Amino acid sequence: MAQVYEHPIFPFTAPPELLEGRVGNAAVCVVGAGPVGLAIAIDLAARGVQVVLVDDDETVSHGSRLICISKRTLEIFDRLGAGAGFAEKGVVWNKGRLFFGEDEVYSFDLLKEDGHQWPAFVNIQQYYAEDFLVRATERLPNLNIRWKSAVVGVEPSSDHVRLTVGTPEGPYDLDADYVVACDGASSFVRRTLGLEFDGRTFQDRFLITDVTMQAEFPSERWFWFEPPFHEGQSALLHKQPDSVWRIDLQLDQSADPGVEDREENVRPRIERMLGVDAEFEIDWISLYTFRCQRLQRFTAGRIFFAGDSAHQVSPFGARGGNGGVQDADNLAWKLAAVINGDAPDALLASYDVERIPASDENILNSSRSTDFMTPKSQAVRDIRDAVLALARDHGFARRMVNSGRLSVPAVMDGSPLNTPDFGAFDGPMRPGAAALDAPVVTADGTDWLLHQFSGDFTVLLYLGDANDALPDGWPRALPAMVNPLVIAPISGPGVIGDPEGNVRVRYDLKPGTVYLIRPDQHVAARTRTFSSMWLQGALARALGNAGDNA
Amino acid sequence: MSALVTDDQIAAPDDLYQALVDAHEGLADAESRQLNARLILLLANHVGDLAVLQEAAALARASVLRDRPDA
Ligand SMILES: Cc1cc2nc3c(=O)[nH]c(=O)nc-3n(C[C@H](O)[C@H](O)[C@H](O)COP(=O)(O)OP(=O)(O)OC[C@H]3O[C@@H](n4cnc5c(N)ncnc54)[C@H](O)[C@@H]3O)c2cc1C
Repeated sequence: MAQVYEHPIFPFTAPPELLEGRVGNAAVCVVGAGPVGLAIAIDLAARGVQVVLVDDDETVSHGSRLICISKRTLEIFDRLGAGAGFAEKGVVWNKGRLFFGEDEVYSFDLLKEDGHQWPAFVNIQQYYAEDFLVRATERLPNLNIRWKSAVVGVEPSSDHVRLTVGTPEGPYDLDADYVVACDGASSFVRRTLGLEFDGRTFQDRFLITDVTMQAEFPSERWFWFEPPFHEGQSALLHKQPDSVWRIDLQLDQSADPGVEDREENVRPRIERMLGVDAEFEIDWISLYTFRCQRLQRFTAGRIFFAGDSAHQVSPFGARGGNGGVQDADNLAWKLAAVINGDAPDALLASYDVERIPASDENILNSSRSTDFMTPKSQAVRDIRDAVLALARDHGFARRMVNSGRLSVPAVMDGSPLNTPDFGAFDGPMRPGAAALDAPVVTADGTDWLLHQFSGDFTVLLYLGDANDALPDGWPRALPAMVNPLVIAPISGPGVIGDPEGNVRVRYDLKPGTVYLIRPDQHVAARTRTFSSMWLQGALARALGNAGDNA
Repeated sequence: MSALVTDDQIAAPDDLYQALVDAHEGLADAESRQLNARLILLLANHVGDLAVLQEAAALARASVLRDRPDA
């Protein structure tokens, strides 16, 4: 029989505030232990910040909403010490097939390039993702998770935020220097501050189910427009671990919630899809209408919004959770640098500057996918169907078929933290881009480039030969916040090797090229000729000091 | 400057009109609508220039709106 996930119960324990009847303190209180809150809490704590993470529940996600986890999210989770579970348990998939009516219209292979630790995507249930993250919190004594602890009051002031936390043993107050609200789409913190979402609601309803079955389908993403088993609508089939399959069925606007999500009504729909003889169990049913919307700003004084509390998208493209984890990745090092006194408050303003355009990109892509699935008039449906019909024979039409444009990491083009290139560069990297992974050789054997980046800034120098002279003052005179990393084709003492040239090509390295990589592994600056002046300037900019040094 | 050419470029206008009409010969309404939609897409790809397409769409839309009874 199939393995079934058992939800752990994390017990409530009365915190000192209740035992001693006093107001508590925290440098940062993270509200909500979903994937985004867990990621930011771990990241902050690993950077030495004292964190209290409160969640109103006592276990991980009940159903599985999120299933597709992107390469960038996997890299972030790996950096946070939670990668192993995803590598072991996740279902790797690369292929997507698209059907129109009875016919397969086309299939795609997610760009497969060798020399990356993580695949483009793995599928795994949200509860597993949260479980792995919760386990990664255990090694962090300065991260205090409090289950069955719901934020029920928010009182911002100029130098702290007072939160009231409701628990089974009564409420208490907690004064936090900063609050990160990761309390999901119906965020209590957001509503309490009276902040409104701006965006669109799609009227069509989608029936989302997880079923357990022994099936022969490959681990591919299958998407149907107007399939014979579900007339006029769209459908999706996607594999998860433990013989669980995600099935999405688009319903029309008139679908009655409370009726359509009853098992006796869902079962026949799935039987039409899988065949009446199919043996399956329904694990989870949910009926959604989707929204693509965001807050006008993700920062309100000392309160930051991250993940679904800040923005929501429809799931086509897997941009919700993956986008939210990138918020966490972006905010954690900045908040830690300010709290630890390494950067001015001004650095925090760059969270909005960098993540709002990223959110807009996710909203634009998800909205267009949802629009493609839900034509708003007969004429628009005609065009959509014409695209699908022509896609059978014509590449140009295939490229218009939109069942989801899958999440890719946002490039922070135009961010004030970026320093313009010093010298000419080619290739996929540029300031603001997430650093690409590549295989490298270290003193301990083969490893991955991203593992060589420290939690702080990394300054990466490329040498034509491991024995070549280092720039003046390297590494002695480098600022304390940057960790030197020297790469050459063949490794040597203190020099990482790039025998296959993957790093050289992906970063367009020439002897003497230097990159400054941020703590969140995004490129801050690069130069063909290193000088400590250049590094000081680039570092100051990346820490939000542009005004002082520009 | 306008990207869309609206000057008369057609050598044999009656033949061209007839070609459009012939394409619909014997088709049911729904099929004809599909023919129109597919024709637009094929021509749009032939043009390949988003600016030209946007201008043509805007012109067509303005022309439709002008015919609204209250316009
Ligand atoms: C059908 C569906 C499929 C999806 N598929 C994908 C996918 O494949 N890939 C992807 O990346 N995303 C996907 N998403 C989106 C993804 O599920 C969300 O974007 C993601 O869960 C957001 O994470 P979060 O941590 O911001 O919020 P949530 O996961 O909603 O977590 C919020 C947490 O806050 C807690 N909380 C709420 N209020 C309080 C309070 N007052 N006090 C304390 N705690 C509180 C909640 O208990 C919860 O634990 C999908 C969504 C849906 C609906």
